Amino acid sequence: MSPDGSSRTPAHSAPPPRSLPGTGEQRRHVLVAIVNNRPGVLNRVASLMRARNFNIESLAVSHLDDPEISRMTITLRADDVLVEQAAKQLYKIIDVLKVQDVTDEPTVQHELALVKVRATDRTRGELISIVEMYKARIVDMAAEAVIVETTGTESEVDALIALLRGYGIKEMVRTGTVVMSRGAQSIEEATRR
Amino acid sequence: MGITKGDGSASPAARPRSPATPAASPKPRRSHVPGAGTAVAEAVEQARREMLHEGARSHAEAAERREKRARIGADVVIEAILRQGVDVLFGYPGGVILPLYDVLGDHPDLRHVLVRHEQGAAHAADGYARATGKVGVCLGTSGPAATNLVTGIATAQLDSIAMVAITGNVPAALLGKDAFQEIDITGITLPMTKHNYLVRDADDLPRVFAEAFYIARSGRPGPVHIDITKDALQQETDAPHPTDEEVAAGLPGFRPTLGGHPRQLKLIAEEIAKAKRPVILAGHGILIADATEELRAIAEKARIPVAWTLLGIGAMDETHPLAYGYMGMHGWKHVNRAIQAADLLVAVGMRFDDRVTGAVRTYAPYARIVHVDIDPAEIGKNVAVDVPVVGDAKRVLAGLLPLVHEVPEAARAEYLAQLAEWRRESEGASWHGSGAWRDGLLSADFVIAQIGEVTGHDATMVADVGQNQMWMARYAGYRRPHSHLSSGGLGTMGFAMPAAMGAALGRPDKSTWAVCGDGGFQMTIQELATLVQDRIPVRIALLDNHKLGMIRQWQEIFYSGNYHSSNMYGPDYLKLADAYGLPAWRVRTPEEVRPAIEAANAVDGPSLVWFEIAEEQNVFPIMPAGKGLSDLIETWGGADE
Repeated sequence: MSPDGSSRTPAHSAPPPRSLPGTGEQRRHVLVAIVNNRPGVLNRVASLMRARNFNIESLAVSHLDDPEISRMTITLRADDVLVEQAAKQLYKIIDVLKVQDVTDEPTVQHELALVKVRATDRTRGELISIVEMYKARIVDMAAEAVIVETTGTESEVDALIALLRGYGIKEMVRTGTVVMSRGAQSIEEATRR
Repeated sequence: MGITKGDGSASPAARPRSPATPAASPKPRRSHVPGAGTAVAEAVEQARREMLHEGARSHAEAAERREKRARIGADVVIEAILRQGVDVLFGYPGGVILPLYDVLGDHPDLRHVLVRHEQGAAHAADGYARATGKVGVCLGTSGPAATNLVTGIATAQLDSIAMVAITGNVPAALLGKDAFQEIDITGITLPMTKHNYLVRDADDLPRVFAEAFYIARSGRPGPVHIDITKDALQQETDAPHPTDEEVAAGLPGFRPTLGGHPRQLKLIAEEIAKAKRPVILAGHGILIADATEELRAIAEKARIPVAWTLLGIGAMDETHPLAYGYMGMHGWKHVNRAIQAADLLVAVGMRFDDRVTGAVRTYAPYARIVHVDIDPAEIGKNVAVDVPVVGDAKRVLAGLLPLVHEVPEAARAEYLAQLAEWRRESEGASWHGSGAWRDGLLSADFVIAQIGEVTGHDATMVADVGQNQMWMARYAGYRRPHSHLSSGGLGTMGFAMPAAMGAALGRPDKSTWAVCGDGGFQMTIQELATLVQDRIPVRIALLDNHKLGMIRQWQEIFYSGNYHSSNMYGPDYLKLADAYGLPAWRVRTPEEVRPAIEAANAVDGPSLVWFEIAEEQNVFPIMPAGKGLSDLIETWGGADE
């Protein structure tokens, strides 16, 4: 019997459940958005992501060579369809000019971190060699602490931080990932066109 | 070019718009009055103007007053509204918006309706927009007025209604200082508007207003909020009004896709050709795009029955043989049954809301889904779609029509006969022709069907929220587009009466009925005074069951009869109507129904009919929350609905 009890529906008894949009498989996505450089635009983007229940991992905003526009790099963890939905919702914001999901494109993805690490006379030498090995640098040195500056992919930064943790991290700041596609293509030029 | 201070002598509304280049031209301004340019449409406009502007200051006198002073920001606001073909504004004065009220009298083409609460202003603007297809405009001061508008703005947002909401704010220098009646209202309206603005400089006003109206009505319509500081309203300015082309060029981030992709249209035609049990799901998008003719043509050519959502009511004349009915939680059983059995759903201008689908897992299990919507974000949001098409319903359907193969009668005979049988069953089980429900108690569905009949199914029927809304959707019988207005998405109680004010002023050629329950009526009851003061011809049908009926129904069915706070005391509505000064009738038996409706409908001005309906009548069927369209509850506790 079909759900409505009629003989006109297909013969098999229980139809497969209708699939919901998306796979449910979460992975890290990176969206690049070009937006008007106006007051409140960051608020619009952040408010939308919150209202639509998208969980932002990091958000980096900067102004560009063209003072009229700015660029946002949004990383979020969600399934592919959900991220597509987020991109489409972002497009509805009047001040959002272009949104691109660069997750599967060849890109350079870097972030910068400043880490203030406890350093004593005994540990300072070790710290310096770790910092050198990771191609990071020490940008400030005091009697009891150093500030390590590092750039790299999220996992490179994570790896260094994991090592530094043993010495005692006093405070830390990370910019969140910024990303740029490899090759000659440009999302900014695509926006202006 | 734009209007500048120098040519302020003529009425801005009468001024011809600058010629538009068709390619760059945005969507033409819509009007729901049929036959633009015909004698009928002209007569409607004439009636509107006479009703709206009786007693206003003469044009010559107003022009003279404007000549004697500089043009200020407040003038720009009014000019901008008039330029959009909008001639009525619903508002309430207050401290920082007073500069606007200071010059309103100098613009007699714009009628201001003084509401009794700002929520009423927003709903009235909403009703005006729904009934006319123009942009509705409402106005309030800062602080509490602005927050009072919020419910109405959110109502418009969820139902895609073109609205511009204007608020005043404290002078720019006081922003952020917690000044008297200051609130961050743009922060509040940000997530519930299509766009919003805070204007601190009068020179920005022409651009902002032109953008706001353009954004509100283009693509998927929605509300736009403009917050203006008091000093911006007072500043002198020469800034000209931009043309629509200039506005569009200045909004690179707003480019609605209108025409469906030709490849996708071909795919729809192929899906339709393959389908044996197709159903068209018609939504609000059909009405917004004025695509009812195209919808009918496709349904007829391919012989596909049409079901509609709550806001899609009126997309098809309900007497049309292919008009199948209202779908969803309280939809007709036969309609939901057809959807569950369908092998193809062609959804146009609707969004698979949870009240339409129920549990998505069990929704239309045999159907492939074609989804046409102007908003790309709606496609794939709630259900996975087989053929997505982004575009304006009218353009997509017009493009699709030649691609669809004509289906011979024989090919659908068996299918349509089955649907007809289901329909006979479900309508027969639901209808109380006598008007009496158990022991001679007055039945609400009968009352609503009678209003539909007496008004020739041509009135603008405005629903409130709750049981009355569902009875309205099911039993009034709609023949034309925009004859049914309802707060669908937000479900705002108190919507009916104020929205009907706007609808009545927008379409004075139609009788306007606000149908409320006693709960919703008491939420915005203060607008009775507006109706009387401004002689707005709204007929109110009050369905009084001394209950919050839908709450009582849920408590009966889903909460084991554990009633709490669903009993409601109400006043003597005859005395109330008398106190406000509007004619009213009280109806308690089926025999009294028709004469009272006829009498109320004949009043030249507002009127009220108080129907004391059965206290415990339920709306059936009902789909329990979390269940699917095949899990409808049709009776409860021996009730015979």
